[in-house]
Amino acid sequence: MHSFRFEPAELPPETAEIRAEVRDFLDKNLSDYPSVMRARSWAGYDAEFSAKVGQAGFLGMTYPKEYGGHGRTAFERYVMLEEMLAAGAPVSAHWIADRQSGPLILEFGTEDLKQRIVPAIAKGEAFFCIGMSEPDSGSDLASIRTKATRTEGGWLINGTKVWTSGAHLVHYMIALVRTNTDVEKKHDGMSQILIDLRETDGITIRPIKNMAGEEHFNECVFQDAFVPDANIIGTEGKGWAQVMAELAFERSGPERYMSSYQLILELLNEVSKDTGPAGARAAGRLVAHLATLRNMSISVAAKLQSGEDPALDGSVVKELGTLFEQSVPVIAHQTFDREPSLEHGDDFAQTLAYVTQAAPSFSLRGGTREIVRGIIARGLGLR
Amino acid sequence: MSGDSELRTILGDQVNRLLADRISKGNLEEAEAGASQEKLWQAIEENGLPSVLIPEDKGGVGGGWDEAEVVIRAAGKYQAPVPLVESILAGWLLSLAGLDMPTGMLSIAPVRPDEALSITKDGRVSGTATRVPWGRGVAHLAVFCRCDDAPMIALVPSEAWSVTLEDRNIAAEPRDTLNFDGQALAFAALPDSVDPDRLFAFGALARSSQISGALESVLEQTVQYANDRTQFGQPIGKFQAVQQELARMAGEVAAAGAAVECASRAVDRGGSGAGFEMAVAKIRASEAASIVAGITHQTHGAIGFTYEHSLHFATRRLWSWRAEFGSENYWAEALGRSLASHGGQALWPYLVNR
Repeated sequence: MHSFRFEPAELPPETAEIRAEVRDFLDKNLSDYPSVMRARSWAGYDAEFSAKVGQAGFLGMTYPKEYGGHGRTAFERYVMLEEMLAAGAPVSAHWIADRQSGPLILEFGTEDLKQRIVPAIAKGEAFFCIGMSEPDSGSDLASIRTKATRTEGGWLINGTKVWTSGAHLVHYMIALVRTNTDVEKKHDGMSQILIDLRETDGITIRPIKNMAGEEHFNECVFQDAFVPDANIIGTEGKGWAQVMAELAFERSGPERYMSSYQLILELLNEVSKDTGPAGARAAGRLVAHLATLRNMSISVAAKLQSGEDPALDGSVVKELGTLFEQSVPVIAHQTFDREPSLEHGDDFAQTLAYVTQAAPSFSLRGGTREIVRGIIARGLGLR
Repeated sequence: MSGDSELRTILGDQVNRLLADRISKGNLEEAEAGASQEKLWQAIEENGLPSVLIPEDKGGVGGGWDEAEVVIRAAGKYQAPVPLVESILAGWLLSLAGLDMPTGMLSIAPVRPDEALSITKDGRVSGTATRVPWGRGVAHLAVFCRCDDAPMIALVPSEAWSVTLEDRNIAAEPRDTLNFDGQALAFAALPDSVDPDRLFAFGALARSSQISGALESVLEQTVQYANDRTQFGQPIGKFQAVQQELARMAGEVAAAGAAVECASRAVDRGGSGAGFEMAVAKIRASEAASIVAGITHQTHGAIGFTYEHSLHFATRRLWSWRAEFGSENYWAEALGRSLASHGGQALWPYLVNR
């Protein structure tokens, strides 16, 4: 059985410098940003802001300098991320590219791809989305059917990807597709492939309005969309293992417990106006959870930095983090007798309105709660 | 990663081996029936465990709270039916005031934040303390008391109190009412560097650590049971419904452990400045105690609800300890009030600059 111990780890003192830099940047670029916009957390999209983040040197921080990176440590990047999230900065344009597409291309991509695309990611000029889910393949990801068939100089893509956040706005998708359908095991024969969404014929992208009326995710239909050979990322047929490794890395970051941060802040403002026991208890409880999750997440970051495999610990952070994020609007609702109102409420009412409607997605994206618990159960030796 | 100290690793191996060997279901049942576990206590004392926080030049182990935590966690994991944790706390209190720690079982008083004891200039202790852990069975108490207004620590022998109520928590651990009217063996002022209002938090940290240990034991027992118990032709742990609940349990156990370890290290770094982390530990551990106890009983079914099965030794302690030295509500309210006075914008800088 896995130990499930999260040994306390501290951010190295030199991270104070980057923290000050990020705060200074946010003071200059985000000072009059309203609370209800900050509540969007890492779902807020602003390409101009992302370009400024890139210019400031906050993207590709851990990438090698020869590919436009800044050679910073994982801890420094962690601090940059948590400061952006605490401020509710609109980071979604560059989030996926910086977090996973860049590292994926650096690890598995051809030299040409690395030189062409990674520096643009670090500048905040190349944005990415992830093409994994399909209409009939959600949690059962290995059942995907989107096919890439060989053609002169490359591949023809046919199929449909869905719930693809940002596909209507970003430049590239890294899609998981079947490059070989003649396999015995369904986990074989899949590959990751880079698709230029803006320059490729045969792609129809249709935004799907979410329950809050926003357009974040999309349906992407591929009809004989041509992708050159060089755009296969990694080993043809080994896409499944690459995707699993990629998902594991995205489960323990600060975005897994900070999505409701703005509402915690507003709740604390409410409590400071009326210090009854119920409000104080709610605030104290939420902060206790937040502090513990942050410590656990930093513990995983330390494991990452020292080269250990944090896949299981990351899943534990995601399990606890999403429960926590989703508890925040419930507790905010139960503690104060206030009606949420998106357009005309005060900061608390607006933030509550936004986070309440966003919360169901927290335990769906990046692997559902059920999938994550299944991974933990395997760590317990039950599967 | 800062890594475990060598002392912590050695102590951890030693205490876990000792308690695993020495504590049986028989001991636990005897203790619940009221029999003092002298042999177990002797073995614990021979290994120096009660003096883990006493400096080496005073004959102790010379550990900090991070080292004490591993001992206290083990006491919780094996449900040690002796006042090991209270003796550690008593020794620490005495050493704060420069007093020597006697051998034998010790405890502390008072343990409720609204109770106060007083001491005269010539060392006579008076007042009443309720729910004193193991009060009827210990030879000495480390007592926090005031001489006029000055905070003092006193070493008080059992001749100086009478037990006016023999009560128990729901795990049948003694929690007695003591009426003090007698002479302290020694007493000294609590140094200015120690905030008397914070002493209660150290009791909370100790209970949090015991909870964390008991949670570990519950997780191990539950996984074992889910792998062993067969229904519908397969181990119940093969059912997704059970797996999902046990994964939830593992998360709670991990969170409580992380909160407790962070608090212990924070205490070693900054003494009573770790009030935030200690409150967080008690809130998180107490909350986990409720969730985990619920899941383990559901998983064990009717057999886990019997006295015959040993699961209840852990779960009844979880339900007791989550309420002792302040429940999660007590600490959340205190924490929430102190944070709210600064408003929402102050939260983030406070959190990351600790």
